[in-house]
Amino acid sequence: MKFFTKHLTKIIVATMMLISPLMVIAQEDPGPEISNKALEGKRVVLMPMAMGFDLAQGWAHYIGREVRYWGGIFETRDPNWSVEAGSQALTDVIASRPDVIIVHNPDLRSYVKLFKRAQEAGIYVIQIDNRSAFNTDAFIGSNWEKLGELEATAALRFCGEGTSGKIGLIQGEQVNASSIDQYNGIMNIIDANDSVEVVSKPYSGWDATKAQEVTTTMLQQHPDLCAIIDFWDGTATGTAAAIRAAGKTGQVRLITTGGGEEVACKMLNEGTIDAIVSTEIPKQSQAINATIKTLLQSGMPAGTMQLFLYTHEVVTTKDDIYPGFCWSLEKNAADTRDNT
Amino acid sequence: MISKTEFTQEKVVVAVSVGLFILFSFLLSGFFSASNLIGLIRNISILGILGVGMGIVIIGRGIDLSMVSILAISAAFFIEMLNAGIPLTGSFFIALCFVLLIGIVNGVLIAYGEIPPIFATLAMGLFVYGYGRSQIMSADVAYVPDEYTDLLDLGTLKPLGVPIEVYIFVAVCIVAWFFLRKTKYGHYTYYIGDNYEAARNVGIPVRPMIVLQYALSALFAAIAGAIVAGTILSLNTRIVNSTLLYDVILIVVLGGIGLSGGKGGVSNVIFGALLIGILVNGMTIMDLEQTHQNLIKALILLVVVILDTIFNQRNEQTEKQGDI
Repeated sequence: MKFFTKHLTKIIVATMMLISPLMVIAQEDPGPEISNKALEGKRVVLMPMAMGFDLAQGWAHYIGREVRYWGGIFETRDPNWSVEAGSQALTDVIASRPDVIIVHNPDLRSYVKLFKRAQEAGIYVIQIDNRSAFNTDAFIGSNWEKLGELEATAALRFCGEGTSGKIGLIQGEQVNASSIDQYNGIMNIIDANDSVEVVSKPYSGWDATKAQEVTTTMLQQHPDLCAIIDFWDGTATGTAAAIRAAGKTGQVRLITTGGGEEVACKMLNEGTIDAIVSTEIPKQSQAINATIKTLLQSGMPAGTMQLFLYTHEVVTTKDDIYPGFCWSLEKNAADTRDNT
Repeated sequence: MISKTEFTQEKVVVAVSVGLFILFSFLLSGFFSASNLIGLIRNISILGILGVGMGIVIIGRGIDLSMVSILAISAAFFIEMLNAGIPLTGSFFIALCFVLLIGIVNGVLIAYGEIPPIFATLAMGLFVYGYGRSQIMSADVAYVPDEYTDLLDLGTLKPLGVPIEVYIFVAVCIVAWFFLRKTKYGHYTYYIGDNYEAARNVGIPVRPMIVLQYALSALFAAIAGAIVAGTILSLNTRIVNSTLLYDVILIVVLGGIGLSGGKGGVSNVIFGALLIGILVNGMTIMDLEQTHQNLIKALILLVVVILDTIFNQRNEQTEKQGDI
């Protein structure tokens, strides 16, 4: 006891020293632990319409990089433009119980039942780019109607005084949300302006060769068009080829939309296309990444929220692009190679 | 005496085409103009060239389901070699060998391996596409490199105001017509298609002939691929997922080259392609909705098939084993 009283101060100091680090920890940021607990080891599966095209490669790169960064597992599925293969793949994915599924819809209806099943199984479902008729935890992509309005506004700029005011549309597919909504948006603007009219609106079926063929016929029929709005930059190469073959480059102005890959910037610079409304895949992917983390940390059962996160988009012409505006598939591929 | 059977399917197609042509000429302003008709033929040139290749194979009682894959991957391979810095002539030569090799392998599998053409070429098509996309291309679109865009830009070539695609289509038709009608190999193709056993019994080299047919269809597919790449200055392999292959079989069969082989010729392909071309052109001018276009296309095809059944009723004499 004597020993105890004699060394009381020392004991207090020693005890303080032992406890103090714990006290410091208690004051530290609890965030990382909460985040880690919610995210680590979680499985995220991305299924675009096909893996091989620029948008899908972009999403896979930016989302995959982030998921791996926080210790999750990232997988992709490739239905290669086939709705049947997509349904099959999605069914298998749901059975394997991942934590988050990200789907790029081919149309309004095909995957609706599977989305319901996934959410019932406790899997968060994020739809990207193309909406479906069923609202899941989140939709992230373009407000296609707004995007169509932006395209039409660009067309108005090219179809001012002294032009015919005639506009042609190269639509995608009649069953596809991005195509239908884009059309509605364009018509909102065109109908409100008496100086312009849509004189022809064929479909490309998202095929560049078909786009070239229908544009050839369209230009034959309406040689005085002032602008064509093509619903995708993937088919705009075909539309541009038809305009070039008709000797009307610079006269028939071409407006389109796409993910903002380098090729789009090149086409703008060369004057192959005159304006683009870019859906800016890197920015869009950031929103997707934030949503994945939010959903996983929320602790809410799948299907509780119905978020709609629309990408901020603007009309971009040759004069608006700056170095780094477009992203590069090639550079992304090189990054992936270097980091694995 | 005029027998009923003289009203062949070819004539039905021609009659329907002429009917549509007259109808559109009166109803649609801008349809009956030289420039629209040239545009119409330009638009069917790719379909037509593929149809001629497919026609030769079908006359020999085969089918080539790998044509659209060959179209896409041969052109993409050529473009990717240019991108990799291989000189133009070298790239062209390698791509040509690649195409002929695929055709020859198709033919060998069918003639010597005795694998039914529908399976051999289906598998080959999937293989060529899969190999090309995974081993040759880094993305689904191959772009012609900048230094070659001026040289390879076929789209703006218009001798005498007619697009170069039309000349190529005409040239392909003449070559195929000459092959089928003026060479002994062409005659052999008909004999083999009509009766394989009999052709072999009379000493026709049936197996090498089949290899030749598939080499030709592969070559024609590559020519179509060159046109696609040369006009759009890029090649999107999504074309493999389009309905192009079915459209090709459609125009060939519609034009009157029966799947049972041994009959028809280049003219049948041209008529089949023209019918589709007139129909699609007219509907594009009318600005019909996609679903309506598909419906009308299907209806016209049904009408042709039904008329053919009425005029050419099948009996024990005309029926042949192997009819699909």
